[in-house]
Amino acid sequence: MHPQSARDLPPDSLARALGWFSVALGAAELASPRVMSRLIGAPSDPKTLALIRAMGTREIGHGIAILTRPDNAAPVWSRVAGDAADVAFLGTAYATAYANRRRLLAATAAVIGVTVLDVICAQRLGASSTSGAVSPDGRVVKAVTINKPVEQVYGFWRQLENLPRFMRYVDSVEQLSEGRSRWRAQGPGGVTVEWEAETVAQRENELIAWRSLTGSRIHTSSTVQFRPAPGARGTEVHVELDFRPPAGALGRTVAWLSGRDPSHQLNEDLRRLKQLLETGEIAVSEGEGLWRPGRPTGDPERVRTLAGVQP
Amino acid sequence: MKANCWMGTRHVEVTDVPDPTILNPRDAIVRITNTAICGSDLHLYNGWIPTMKRGDVLGHEFMGEVVETGKGVTSLKKGDRVVVPFPIACGHCLQCEREMYSLCENTNPNAWMAEKLWGYSPCGIFGYSHMLGGYPGGQAEYARVPFADVGPIKIPEELSDEQVLFLSDIFPTGYMAADMCGIQPGDVVAVFGCGPVGQMAIKSAYLLGADRVIAIDRFDYRMRIARERAGAETLDYEDVDVPEVLREMTGGRGPDHCIDAVGLEGHAPGLHGAYDTVKTSMMLETDRPPALRQAIMACRSGGTVSVAGVYGGFIDKFPIGAIVNRSLTIRSGQCHVQRYMRPLLQRIQNGEIDPSFIITHRLPLDRAAEGFDLFMNKEDECLKVVLKT
Repeated sequence: MHPQSARDLPPDSLARALGWFSVALGAAELASPRVMSRLIGAPSDPKTLALIRAMGTREIGHGIAILTRPDNAAPVWSRVAGDAADVAFLGTAYATAYANRRRLLAATAAVIGVTVLDVICAQRLGASSTSGAVSPDGRVVKAVTINKPVEQVYGFWRQLENLPRFMRYVDSVEQLSEGRSRWRAQGPGGVTVEWEAETVAQRENELIAWRSLTGSRIHTSSTVQFRPAPGARGTEVHVELDFRPPAGALGRTVAWLSGRDPSHQLNEDLRRLKQLLETGEIAVSEGEGLWRPGRPTGDPERVRTLAGVQP
Repeated sequence: MKANCWMGTRHVEVTDVPDPTILNPRDAIVRITNTAICGSDLHLYNGWIPTMKRGDVLGHEFMGEVVETGKGVTSLKKGDRVVVPFPIACGHCLQCEREMYSLCENTNPNAWMAEKLWGYSPCGIFGYSHMLGGYPGGQAEYARVPFADVGPIKIPEELSDEQVLFLSDIFPTGYMAADMCGIQPGDVVAVFGCGPVGQMAIKSAYLLGADRVIAIDRFDYRMRIARERAGAETLDYEDVDVPEVLREMTGGRGPDHCIDAVGLEGHAPGLHGAYDTVKTSMMLETDRPPALRQAIMACRSGGTVSVAGVYGGFIDKFPIGAIVNRSLTIRSGQCHVQRYMRPLLQRIQNGEIDPSFIITHRLPLDRAAEGFDLFMNKEDECLKVVLKT
């Protein structure tokens, strides 16, 4: 199938075709892993065969997920992730002694071809549906209560240079003239992204709103409202964030897969704002996240960097 | 430095790790002199609490000497002898202002994990899973103590380490369990479990004016200590039908208050116990609550069930009908240690209590693994292990 003809199909028919393809491929991998290994030029040792069977099970999973919801982009994106795993597997096989490198190259080319189809299909589904990891319009609403007077909280936020102190992935915000600001942030994978924004509304101790300028690669707009909490319990901060990363649905999925889902991140950033204003510091532990043990490392700078905390 | 690390289910190991360093202005570094193994450490040891990571430093009951302070700490200085409370609390959020320190809103860097399991997150705790912060614990030679201007309490010279060590957790925990009952003169209190927290709860119930305390366990030596050192009457739940005997002992009315000092690894004889063993092994519930069920069923109508034992997740066959129809009050919480440390230190100074009576084993930190094993298997009449560095 040529991508050009795939574009002509309705996205859900394409998804169904991909779904059945997954089921068939998965069944073949499960039933005769030895034949499959020879076909793609990989060695036939027991470990590889077991891996191919596992890939078959996964493939059938993709198929069933797509066929039960052919109008939904998420399961098709799961195929894209699966494709990436397949390419990784082929790459590893390439390095082994008993590999047939010509066949491996052909298999890799085939997988990349299918990946293109998967991405096209998922993007088209994403454009026409409303489900997925993050709502497609990228709008997130979060709130936090901070045990400080509204003047102090508003005053802190209004100095946009303060924002990187609690926004984990924002490296700097520079105030330019006439309500404009330049933002620099880390995208997934450590890519630096930059954009300019303008303040579109500002009411003392009540509200700040801004949006990215047209022509920026990042399309984002936010409204932050400050309200006195009931019973003189400080200030409620309500944030509405609209964030459209580059590459649309793909960008959102990458963000989600790399733990940078805007909804989660906004929550975390507001928590850090609260910590900073209430306690004067951001809580840090060596065992932040689930990826390294809670034990001293002897490298305080690294702990602070990993936590995204400025000394 | 040496530190006792969690290496997997029923596997702890004392290994060399780098010394802790100041990470934030309100931190202090404490050189640990005494540190204890808590009953709740056994839940980690036995693999019941999720989000542990191989290599985590354990321990949340410790004391020692301040060796370094961050620039934001003015209340402590080098050389101060301090006991460190297990909940890490900032002192400035709404919960801290209300003295609900274990609910501090600012000290768990992994709050999102706890929110997934419990809706909202409590405070961070030393050496008690990543869900509660991933903070290295105090079964080590040194520890970093965040918010050191709020937590640690200085100890007067005339008191020994062992007299005050348990201010870090189990004495306030047992005391809060009794405090939550709202004991009136003449009240009868039943304490389920004669472990360290149970012993402290018995003593505290008397300090707070209980007329009579009945303690329930199955280990003779623990019941003996509860009788001889804490002054309770005791029942062996393997020998008698506990709710029936409690009813009879209290003139047909039931104890005014019941304290659960057992937690999520409870046992019960016969079918009742087997039920939870099967359910938890099939992952149909996460905790084994026979003691809690019994505490609820046994309690006097209109009484209080105070839960000091640790539960982590979801339980089955919870007798909500008894609670609703008999106007029971359920109270619980990780102890707000900072609220109780000073008044309880005063009680120790006054000679009203010496919590060190529960210590049965003193071992060097190196032998932490042996301590866990003794404590878990109740060998050698083990009730409380203190590790010395």
